[in-house]
Amino acid sequence: MRSGERDFSRNPLRLDGMDKILGRTPYLDDLHLRDPDLLFAATVRTTLPGGVLEGIDFGGGTDWSDMTVVTARDIPGTNAVRLLENDQPVLVEREFRHAGEAAVLLAHPDRRRLRKALLQVRLAERPAGVPVFTIEAALQGQAETIPGNTYTEYRLEKSGPRQETGHPDTVIAVEVETPSQEQLYIEPQGMVARLAPDGVVRVEGSMQCPYYVLDALVQCLGLPASRIQVVQTATGGGFGGKEDFPSVIACHAALLALRAGGRPVRLVLDRAEDLRVTPKRHPSRSRVRLAATPEGRLQSVAFDFDLDGGAYRTLSPVVLSRGVIHAPGPYRCPDVRVTGRAVFTSHPPFGAFRGFGAPQSIFAMEVAMDRLASRLEMDPAEFRRKNLLCPGDTGPTGDIAGEDTHARKALDVALERSGYARRRTEHEAWNRAGGPTRRGIGLATFCHGAGFTGNGETHLASRVTLAATAEGKVELLVSNTEIGQGAATTLVQVAAEALGIPMDLVVFGPVDTARVPNSGPTVASRTCMVVGKLLEKAARRFLEQLPPAGGKGNAPGRPDFQEACRKLHALGGAGEVTETYAAPPGPAWDEKTFQGRAYASYAWAAYVAEVEVDLVTFETRILHFTAVQEIGHAVNPQIALGQIEGGIVQGIGWALLENVVWNGSGVMANDRLATYIIPTSADIDGIDVILLEEGQGAGPRGAKGIGELPMDGPAPAIANAVRHALGVDVDRLPLTPEYLHARLAEQQEVHSWLSK
Amino acid sequence: MTEWRRPRHLREALELLGESPDRYRIVAGGTDVMVERHLHPENAPAGWLDISGLSELRGIARLETGELRVGAMTPLSAVREDAAVRESWPLLAASAAVTGAPAIQNRATLGGNICNASPAADNPPVLLAYGAEIEIASAGGVRRIPYSAFHAGYRRTVLGQGEMVTGLWLKPVPRGSRQYFRKVGTRAAQAITKVGLAAVVPFGPDGTVRGARFGFSSVAETPCLARTTAAALEGRSPLAVPSGEIGALLEQDIAPISDLRSTGAYRRQVAARLVREALQAGHFQ
Repeated sequence: MRSGERDFSRNPLRLDGMDKILGRTPYLDDLHLRDPDLLFAATVRTTLPGGVLEGIDFGGGTDWSDMTVVTARDIPGTNAVRLLENDQPVLVEREFRHAGEAAVLLAHPDRRRLRKALLQVRLAERPAGVPVFTIEAALQGQAETIPGNTYTEYRLEKSGPRQETGHPDTVIAVEVETPSQEQLYIEPQGMVARLAPDGVVRVEGSMQCPYYVLDALVQCLGLPASRIQVVQTATGGGFGGKEDFPSVIACHAALLALRAGGRPVRLVLDRAEDLRVTPKRHPSRSRVRLAATPEGRLQSVAFDFDLDGGAYRTLSPVVLSRGVIHAPGPYRCPDVRVTGRAVFTSHPPFGAFRGFGAPQSIFAMEVAMDRLASRLEMDPAEFRRKNLLCPGDTGPTGDIAGEDTHARKALDVALERSGYARRRTEHEAWNRAGGPTRRGIGLATFCHGAGFTGNGETHLASRVTLAATAEGKVELLVSNTEIGQGAATTLVQVAAEALGIPMDLVVFGPVDTARVPNSGPTVASRTCMVVGKLLEKAARRFLEQLPPAGGKGNAPGRPDFQEACRKLHALGGAGEVTETYAAPPGPAWDEKTFQGRAYASYAWAAYVAEVEVDLVTFETRILHFTAVQEIGHAVNPQIALGQIEGGIVQGIGWALLENVVWNGSGVMANDRLATYIIPTSADIDGIDVILLEEGQGAGPRGAKGIGELPMDGPAPAIANAVRHALGVDVDRLPLTPEYLHARLAEQQEVHSWLSK
Repeated sequence: MTEWRRPRHLREALELLGESPDRYRIVAGGTDVMVERHLHPENAPAGWLDISGLSELRGIARLETGELRVGAMTPLSAVREDAAVRESWPLLAASAAVTGAPAIQNRATLGGNICNASPAADNPPVLLAYGAEIEIASAGGVRRIPYSAFHAGYRRTVLGQGEMVTGLWLKPVPRGSRQYFRKVGTRAAQAITKVGLAAVVPFGPDGTVRGARFGFSSVAETPCLARTTAAALEGRSPLAVPSGEIGALLEQDIAPISDLRSTGAYRRQVAARLVREALQAGHFQ
């Protein structure tokens, strides 16, 4: 399957497609507007980058009698956002760590009154300590907010016998930084909460992980899970941004609703507030030291990988873990040492974003690989080819690379498809001719592990349910969410295929915690692979349980199947089939040494970027992009292509354009789409996506997870292409014209054309 | 409630403005002022004067004198498509085509783009390069001044009380002139300009520069003409000017700053490179 090809038998139209195209899909912001009881909500936030809240002054300029007000004192349960550690308050009580923390919640039926009241609340904030805004400043430890300003430190160490080569190894050292990045889902974060007459707190909104939200509400409200219901509404994008933050505003909306006697409360962030306070990609700093034999065999990888975690722990340890595991890349190397740290800074907490730490460390490794290739005077493609993992090799975590290790094949196809060798020669000739532009070609080879890291899936113990309906259909009950990635269609396709029935006999059930079991969060490239596989297994058991109906035989017709389903439905709960995750055989994961099997499957990829840099303006244009990945099996190739193309565009944005600028309080200053620049279609030329399907992954029919994969490769491929074009090393992203201008000016003497 | 007035005739609009000059903010396409209203509702005026009903301010006419008059209310999509503009003032068609997105160009007007007085606006450099005149009306009458005298400071113009812009006048460009426009934005489309240059470079019979005009955006507090640079190039061969000299000359003409979009150093460097590119080759982008 390649870009531009369509095969309708494998690519049924997306189930949610037509309603979204026609604008019929209601999003949270469209709901409840006619409800006369509805209250609108707003948040009063801290302005200092850490300090003590000494008081709250409700100004006299507004009538407070009919305003719903919630502060930390009104929290019935625990004042902490439930995640890995209870360090982040739902509402600031006294101490706080960053600007933009919620301190007071307001709700009122009249939005104008609400806006006015919001301006009347004054927080008495006293600064405490010295804020730190960079990894460097945090680790210098002048002001420690947590011990060593370090949330977590991980070590991955793999040491084998050193090969004596008789020649001194060639060594390079590289330090690079990557910036934050905003997910920029189209739909901002939002929740509506109410207290139903039956005493259940019902919260609905835009989210990836309904059971995370449920757990957070249980802790904050102090209510049993049976009195809380979480419903996902049509979600306009997530990219990780709706993994943890929905828990925060769900608590806020629910607290207001309880305070308002159960009336529905709608809390929707506007774009600027969303940009300022919600979690983004972790900024990173990598220090990489690579050594290779003169023949180009990688001998050692020493990698210090630091992530800026922001002011609370949130998901940073998990992001760090994925970054550490992916740092050494898909290469064979006897001696690998990675040290990862997630550090405290005074920024709002950083969080999940497609790739989850891997794009940061892969960027550093791939940039280092090109520099080492130059030092060895080898072509970067040939150097990589020599070192890519093959089946039977021992990988960085000490695991033996399985038969599904297709790293070399991905590279070979990418080189052939992009005409790599020919284009490289052509670009070098173009550059020698000395025109107004310079061209380059760059490569990244990488892999991405799908599903939760290590023993994560075992701990999650996801469950899925298939239920027969009164209409004679099969309802698929999972807590995984359609967030624009096509999961609803893909999962229905998997179930229909396993049941041997047309897709229209399978219904994707409402994602409502009162109905669906906990099949885990919609993150980590796990939905199709892990949850899909569970559905496939459940389907087999469902068929066994199906009572006989009508005609006999192995392949019952449609009317027979529907009749059987109706019979099964009549049995009630007894007719449902629930499948629970069980860990596959394989080496265990050791969290202390980072050795063992880190992921059930890796997808393998090689990306090639061709760029042209304008020497008048230093603008970089992508001439062509080739993306080859071995993904096991594409359930719906069209959806897979869309995922990959979209991820590449997001990667191009991170590489060239997207630049989170911080204000003096550590909050995003460019909080408008006029100043936070993402690519438009005019910035993207041809993207050639090639899916290789060897069918050996852990998912349905051998599928591997792909959601995050395409975010990993574009930035290093582009950086390597820019380096090839200009002949200068780059050490950070984004490669803006301003950065390239400054970088070239530093090396003016070797680039005489600058002063021509 | 905010007052909203939508007069049908220019005279009516000018009378309203004349009666209570501080009361109204003029709104045409609304693509700038409505964004501003959303971001800073506290700055909303007491009343809005909606001039979208003034059909006499719409349209493009080529006069017998060879001059072109563009009504202030002409949408940028009409400017972009106009045959006379495309043939004889192609830089204006080019700048209109990169102002916002097509949907914006359908609403946004040439007069509005100027009166919003943003230093980053896309059309002012072209009007400066063409030596345009601006037509200003009030209840008391109509005056025409060089557009280069219109901008008085950061987001300020010389418009007096009760005055509004009604049109722009463009003279024919000398034959054989090199025309150049390039917008360096934050991305390939839908971008706000980081550095923009429109240049008209006429040549004498000996091939030397005669009366060049360089209009810039985003390198000073207003759209601006690089007068010192133009004067220094007078009578010289365009290829004989090294870029180092252009950079030094531009120091007299521009004062770029660092902001959320770019750096002063980058703007200064690229401004000089654009002038050099303009001198070497006609170029539209």
